[in-house]
Amino acid sequence: MPEPTGVIHDIGYQRYTGPRLGRRHVFGALYLHGLRTAFGLGRSAKAKIFPWLVVGVVAVAAAGITAVRTQIGEVVMTYAQFADRMSWMVIFFVAVVAPELVSRDLLSGVLPLYFSRPLPREDYALAKLLALVTALWLLLGGPQLVMFLGAAFTTDDGIRGVWNELLDLLPGLLYAGLWAVVFASIGLLISSLTGKRAFAAGGIVAVFLMTTPIVGILSIMPSQTVNELAFLASPSTLVGATGAWALGDLLVFEGSSGPPIGGFGPLYAVATVALVAVAVLLLLLRYRKVATR
Amino acid sequence: MPRWLRVPTLSDVTLIATESLTKTYGGGVTALADLTVAVEPGIIGLVGANGAGKSTLIKILLGLLEPSSGQVRVLGLDPTTDPAAVRARVGYMPEHDALPPDLSAAELVTHLGRISGLPPTVARERASEALRHVGLHEERHRAVGGYSTGMKQRVKLAQALVHDPDLLLLDEPTNGLDPAGRDAMLALIHRIGTEFGISVLVCSHLLGEVERICDTLVAIDGGRLLRADHIAAMTSATDVLAVEVSEGTDLLAARLAALELPVSRDGRMLLVPLADDDTYDLILGAVAELDLPLHRLDQRRHRVAELFAPREPSHA
Repeated sequence: MPEPTGVIHDIGYQRYTGPRLGRRHVFGALYLHGLRTAFGLGRSAKAKIFPWLVVGVVAVAAAGITAVRTQIGEVVMTYAQFADRMSWMVIFFVAVVAPELVSRDLLSGVLPLYFSRPLPREDYALAKLLALVTALWLLLGGPQLVMFLGAAFTTDDGIRGVWNELLDLLPGLLYAGLWAVVFASIGLLISSLTGKRAFAAGGIVAVFLMTTPIVGILSIMPSQTVNELAFLASPSTLVGATGAWALGDLLVFEGSSGPPIGGFGPLYAVATVALVAVAVLLLLLRYRKVATR
Repeated sequence: MPRWLRVPTLSDVTLIATESLTKTYGGGVTALADLTVAVEPGIIGLVGANGAGKSTLIKILLGLLEPSSGQVRVLGLDPTTDPAAVRARVGYMPEHDALPPDLSAAELVTHLGRISGLPPTVARERASEALRHVGLHEERHRAVGGYSTGMKQRVKLAQALVHDPDLLLLDEPTNGLDPAGRDAMLALIHRIGTEFGISVLVCSHLLGEVERICDTLVAIDGGRLLRADHIAAMTSATDVLAVEVSEGTDLLAARLAALELPVSRDGRMLLVPLADDDTYDLILGAVAELDLPLHRLDQRRHRVAELFAPREPSHA
């Protein structure tokens, strides 16, 4: 007997008795969702434009450097220098993506839907932060990998050449990670303060760019100590100075002496760590209060 | 006081139990004052005017707010010490807009299912099931921003349902809906409470709405419990006849009392319990005898609203 066609069987409501995953998995789900959101994946075409525009610019830059390296054999810039040179792109990316990750949730009022689930508030903030850090690190690290592959396949020194190249790459990836952590924590903190994405983006650009003139002013003050500490005043120069101290000639261009920080290198490193710590702490405090209405 | 209210509060056989629950906000505003109530599984209506403390109570039940003092148990668990365990078994539909406009309903509900701890494939399946149960089919793949208010309310309900909770907390689920939409939403809630076997706490400032679907009603006002009872107990009183005369109401009342009818006043109306068909005749006879202009005489159910009239200042 043929099966009747076109009949919809309403099997009614089914209770769920399967496993319910724990905190780690929930964190992971939110993290992956955030990472996808950062690149506009699973979102409208409009949400993809800006992230991929930045990715495109960075990728083209990396491709150009790789091409020069493989064709002429000249090292235009090291991996760490690449991360440094792309800082503008990082700022632009943070200004677009950080509000997308947190401001949007504030505006749409979706937070009560999260916080009424077994998701601790701090997990929400940390998962978003980790997603942004990862996105930024991929933004810089991906092109670095392209540069590495280009150099490794065209090296004349065989496996030793590849090894040396890898030893150059790893500090570059670490440095990219430093950029990612600092910019993500500050960018996300600013974005978490407003539901208006445009305000958040403006705030991020302001904090990162408007602080550089302060560095300029401080570095021409008539005190060498003030000059040497001037780079503390802006996140970008802070990261640059910390990198210059930690990585030395991997970051500083030949013939230039790098940022004149004197003997304050360790202080810069501590300041970077402290800046991230304070930003993360404020972010967590912010999410203890938000959406309790 | 009915038997079920006397079960030891805070025991785990009750769905929700509070004991002397008090919440005072920073500025000295008291949202809940010494609220003691215990309810059994079923559909519970939580009614009260705006600002009566309904949302505050829901947030305490979810562990989103700390009570200032008192005890609370949800499904036998303490949301103040183990909020994650409570939230894993509870679904919450907030009153306000809560949907990101650019995600589709299917994506959003799937994502929130995962945040509730469902494995990825299960989350996807249960999201489409939940959306189907609330009546969203093909449109679930469109962005929520283009939905009507009714559809958005359904998505909010579906996300509360996706992880198969044992209790749903619905804050003003009919807000912003037209009459047809309200009826559909109430029917849906009733179906969830009966067919799905999920207990539901429905918050509303409209008593007339929730009394249609609830087993139990809890009325609060100014953070205090007005009354909590089975709806059957509240409406079990016999039907009443409402009599209204354009003039001479007092005369008629006295006359009916003389006929040994237990008459009571309600504004311009007289209420007389309907014992049998003779009651009609007695009333009509009295009106004719006094030659009063009869404005109306109709039979009606005991309205729950009357039961909540503030006749007992401190009922607890």
